[in-house]
Amino acid sequence: MSRSFTPKVITANALLEGDVIYWSPEGTWVRTLSSAEVFEDEAVAQEQLLTASSQPAVAVGVYLADVAITDDGPTPIHFREEFRTRGPSNYAHGKQVKLS
Amino acid sequence: MTVIVTDSGFAADDWNGGFCTLDSLPANDCAGVDLPSDAEPEDLRARLDGLSLIRVDFPSFADGRGFSIAAELRRMGYKGRLRAKGHVISDQYAMARRVGFDEVEIDDALAARQPEAEWLFRANWTKHDYQARLRG
Amino acid sequence: MYQYNDFDAAFVAERNAQFRAQVERRISGALTEDEFKPLRLMNGLYLQLHAYMLRVAIPYGTLNGAQMRQLAMIAETFDKGYGHFTTRQNIQYNWPKLKDVPDILDRLAEVEMHALQTSGNTIRNVTADHFAGAAADEVEDPRPTAELLRQWSTDHPEFQFLPRKFKLAVTGSAADRAVIRAHDIGIQIVEKDGEIGYKIIVGGGLGRTPMIGKTLAEFLPKADLLPFVEATVNVWNRLGRRDNKYKSRIKITVHEHGIDDIRARVLTRFEQIKPTFKGVDRDLFAQIQQNFDAPAYRNAPVDAHTAMRLANPAYASWSDTNITAHKNDSYAIVSISLKKHGATPGDASADQMRVMAELAETYGHDELRISHEQNVILPHVHQSDLPAIYAALREADLATANIGLISDIIACPGMDYCALATARSIPVAQEIAERFDELKLEHEIGALKIKISGCINACGHHHVGHIGILGLDRAGVENYQITLGGDGSEDAAIGERAGPGFSAEALVPAIERIIETYLDVRSEKAETFLQTYRRVGMGPFKAALYPDSKASAA
Repeated sequence: MSRSFTPKVITANALLEGDVIYWSPEGTWVRTLSSAEVFEDEAVAQEQLLTASSQPAVAVGVYLADVAITDDGPTPIHFREEFRTRGPSNYAHGKQVKLS
Repeated sequence: MTVIVTDSGFAADDWNGGFCTLDSLPANDCAGVDLPSDAEPEDLRARLDGLSLIRVDFPSFADGRGFSIAAELRRMGYKGRLRAKGHVISDQYAMARRVGFDEVEIDDALAARQPEAEWLFRANWTKHDYQARLRG
Repeated sequence: MYQYNDFDAAFVAERNAQFRAQVERRISGALTEDEFKPLRLMNGLYLQLHAYMLRVAIPYGTLNGAQMRQLAMIAETFDKGYGHFTTRQNIQYNWPKLKDVPDILDRLAEVEMHALQTSGNTIRNVTADHFAGAAADEVEDPRPTAELLRQWSTDHPEFQFLPRKFKLAVTGSAADRAVIRAHDIGIQIVEKDGEIGYKIIVGGGLGRTPMIGKTLAEFLPKADLLPFVEATVNVWNRLGRRDNKYKSRIKITVHEHGIDDIRARVLTRFEQIKPTFKGVDRDLFAQIQQNFDAPAYRNAPVDAHTAMRLANPAYASWSDTNITAHKNDSYAIVSISLKKHGATPGDASADQMRVMAELAETYGHDELRISHEQNVILPHVHQSDLPAIYAALREADLATANIGLISDIIACPGMDYCALATARSIPVAQEIAERFDELKLEHEIGALKIKISGCINACGHHHVGHIGILGLDRAGVENYQITLGGDGSEDAAIGERAGPGFSAEALVPAIERIIETYLDVRSEKAETFLQTYRRVGMGPFKAALYPDSKASAA
């Protein structure tokens, strides 16, 4: 068994719009965390990170972000990642427009 | 292999004089010298007359020390060939020319990714130059 | 105001064409993201938390009505209907799309504006006193000097890939409203024996290692400005550290080598560079200066203002805080607050921008300024027009009477937008402003500058806030450190850290305890917070902030 590994998603910003994107189980970039693939195995996560990083014409700044697995799907652990799923707190702009 | 970029585009290197390092320069009768990006141009002052080509290294396009080194060599009166070598991108070509470089030496991989047309796009470097306007 | 000549216009058009091609090459793959990044940054384009951000330069904070209208149009056409004015006298758009940016730059060029060198490791937008040309205490208008420096630094071939960013600020007054002592180079126009020259300060800066600048030249003849500044930047470009970005700013170079060593190097280099300037720059300066002639002031009675002050207490309150003395007795400088209680500091909607443009055109000799304190200034207003301006500002929700008060807060965008931030700033500013508005204590407290940064880079100038707040990430939770006694003026000082940080919930009560302490210990109402702090020191504030640790120490 591998040592304990915090589940992760792969995230980045879209080159053209700048919007936050996530790597999906289909190997495509999607706009919502709920559609992201959650990795519970470090080796798989690292391998997929390489694949996801090889699309520089689509995604910029690809990295792994910690998530918790809940009944509602993956939820961010760090507040920065939570903001990225939502948008700014001073205006109802960004992803929260579609979520609400 | 490397490519030499000038205002007329890509060409093969025509320099046959070889290069000495700064340290080996006193012991040898070199016409060409390689300067690293942390070199002190003052160290060359007494030897400028004997040099025909000075090649300044750009270890990374983000390391802009070479631009200041070139400007200082020209201010010291160096009239020979001045070459920027390494990771210089086409967007920096005008800067390189304006500080006094005659040419840029890039490797084949960079030349393939940034083809001749992208460098020729900035061959108009004498135009739109605030420094020329301010200095007279 | 400066007007582009054919050269400036052609230059910006050429640069915009280059950037359009660079965007195309990035999308096609000819440029890697690593290579594209410094190029987009040189054109003011960041990739932030939720989107791209375009930072547009407002050189030395000066713009006219048409330019402000164009900023409004861009906000509506390419963004979400608003813009954010920054501590560097820039405006930021938070939601542009990469493909739209070349079009935005073209629209800016239509009104002689650009986003050049608002980012990246290069010489940034040159800032200046926002009261330039209007202030009563001015030796000379700093804007011609700032414009000369803008032209010299723009596309300077030696200085596009510096060890780190480099910021210049210019003031023409002894009273420092441009925070010149916290800039890489701060320039003060001074007079000595009837001659005008420059005092040059170097190595100031905030960020991880805050430093107050040191004097590099006490009196520099005007003609030597460009070669001297070029020598300084050249010395740092060669000497500055490139191994550690936290040690790369010139403040560290000056600190490590000592000001005397740096001065000796600069003077040697200056002697070499000076002959390359053949005097054309002086002719150009004289031409630039003609662009900044004072407007044709109107001679008319000012009774309307005096009468309105007596008739309308809200107007009187607004004119107490938002009006500054002008060098012409019949005129006034109007500061328009972008700090309505509960609003985002520095934000203006497109409609508000158009109102401000219209006021400038109608009453203000078509001039506007952006202050580093994130407000908008009408620098030349005849006092008889103040009531009409006030009425129009009220209509547009722009008449908040709080300039220089506790709710006139500087706040960086923080983690609501910025990819570098470690915590949010905007909600903190909103809560503090709302709380003290609710307490109705603002005017009782008087002059007080709160400055908030959402990370150690200190875009919110927290080190020089009378009360500074720094948002950090402590073990995955937002945490806020408080500093006291900072000052960005001619008596510049770095604030002292009060102690351990506070959670977001505990922060506003902590600020309240600081204010209660001040009101309690000040010698009289006229003694400002900063004066009180300097007199009594950290002790009473610390005791109020950390009552438990006081008890345990006793």
